[in-house]
Amino acid sequence: MDTAYLIETIIKVVVILLVFSALAGIGTYFERKILAFMQRRLGPMNVGPYGLLQVGADGIKLFTKEDIIPQGVVKNIFKIAPVITAATAFMAAAAIPFLPSFTLFGYEVHPIVADINVGILYILGVMAVGLYGPLLGGMASANKFSLLSAARGAAVFISYEVVTGLSLLAPIMMVGSLSLIDFNEYQAGGIGDWIVWSQPVAFILFWIAAFAETGRTPFHLIANDHEIIDGFGTEYSGMRWGLFFIGEYANMFFISFVIPLLFLGGYGDGSFLGALGLLGKMAFFFFFFLWTRAAWPDVRPDQLMWLCWKVLMPIAVINVVITGFVMMF
Amino acid sequence: MFEAIAFYLFAFLTISMFYITVTTSQALHALTALAAGMIFISAFFFILGADFLGAIQIIVYTGAVMALYAFGMMFFDSTRDVKEKQGNKFIVVGMATVAAVLVVAIFSAPILSDNIVALYPSVGAGNTQEVGMVLFTKYLIPFEVAAVMLLVAMVAGIVLAGKKMDLSLTLMNKEEILEMNEDKNKKVLS
Repeated sequence: MDTAYLIETIIKVVVILLVFSALAGIGTYFERKILAFMQRRLGPMNVGPYGLLQVGADGIKLFTKEDIIPQGVVKNIFKIAPVITAATAFMAAAAIPFLPSFTLFGYEVHPIVADINVGILYILGVMAVGLYGPLLGGMASANKFSLLSAARGAAVFISYEVVTGLSLLAPIMMVGSLSLIDFNEYQAGGIGDWIVWSQPVAFILFWIAAFAETGRTPFHLIANDHEIIDGFGTEYSGMRWGLFFIGEYANMFFISFVIPLLFLGGYGDGSFLGALGLLGKMAFFFFFFLWTRAAWPDVRPDQLMWLCWKVLMPIAVINVVITGFVMMF
Repeated sequence: MFEAIAFYLFAFLTISMFYITVTTSQALHALTALAAGMIFISAFFFILGADFLGAIQIIVYTGAVMALYAFGMMFFDSTRDVKEKQGNKFIVVGMATVAAVLVVAIFSAPILSDNIVALYPSVGAGNTQEVGMVLFTKYLIPFEVAAVMLLVAMVAGIVLAGKKMDLSLTLMNKEEILEMNEDKNKKVLS
């Protein structure tokens, strides 16, 4: 392992950490602005032009607020839970190729931290570990609402995980690899080669499961304000609560990168236009998360489990079987 | 050098996590340490170049331990210590010693007879493909036996959780079914 590789990796890790923790903050601003636009309000307007500095104000507030550890909680677990959510979100990013490789000052840069050949499995597995944050936070707080939220977290996790895996199986069979870079190469020929045209069912299923994975609105059960206050976050304050938020928004950004890479051609042939295209697709999927939040009501936990186990899972299995038959004959 | 550092780091972490799992009397601490230990084990697979098995280790054990958490939530108040029943200490110590000796014997016997040789599958294919090839050629029968075992476990689980599984509606005639329904209604009313 030479020194250049080590330095390059460390720089990449730092850049990804900085960019996405900043983006997670700005993501909250986007969310408030877009929700305000859809509900005919103004949203944040007072801090800076168009409320742009609201992110900084929120950050200062979260950092300087007192970090309260209530009595009766399991201290160690309570303290470590938010860190799990944030850390695993960024760990999952290690296997995502954010841009095509480019040359900087005569040095070729691959914007992926670790190109392991089981990238998809790794990303899904580590993102799944992220749900331990809400679960542990909910179980460690001595609060009935938090406990309810933890129970819902476990139910959500067990439901969507099956759908994600099975829906991805069909495209993986077609590409014959688990690496996101191989997925991108497979679709590099242009719009006609995109996997979404041959696997529309898998695309829709994965998209639905992505909402459950990030805990966004139709499946926003684990912190449903109108039923269980803030769920796992009820007892938290200050930066620990903020870490939950950074994890959630970073996860949204990462899954918005993964969906286009898997189904919509990724960065294409690796040109500048392709890179812009990937960022554009990512922006659309992120916007779609916010759009659904403005437009859709939440489902009940039993409805989510019914949907995942009795509707989506059989469809995913049938999709895998049909893909297998088509590939064989 | 990096491999050695990573190995000792994760070996230390894994052992300390499982030590916490065994010794603590706090259900939440035990479960969390168990999950962490299981995830740290995946590091050894990554160090050895078995990326596929490492990722599978993470996915499988997060789900498995998550189910344990669900049970923990149902059976305990997870924020309180569990009062453990301390049995005869001599039996515990004796059993632990016997188990440790047995484990050492199991692992040292093949080394003594020089039987441990790593069997590498066909070289050249990717990690995932190699696992698939070995699974469907050399270890096909163990693989299928494991599948049958899982099926048996699933059927047993359904039977245990289901109600009135000893009755078959297809084998009963109409009067018997009506009678059964009346009994059910009586129970609800009384």
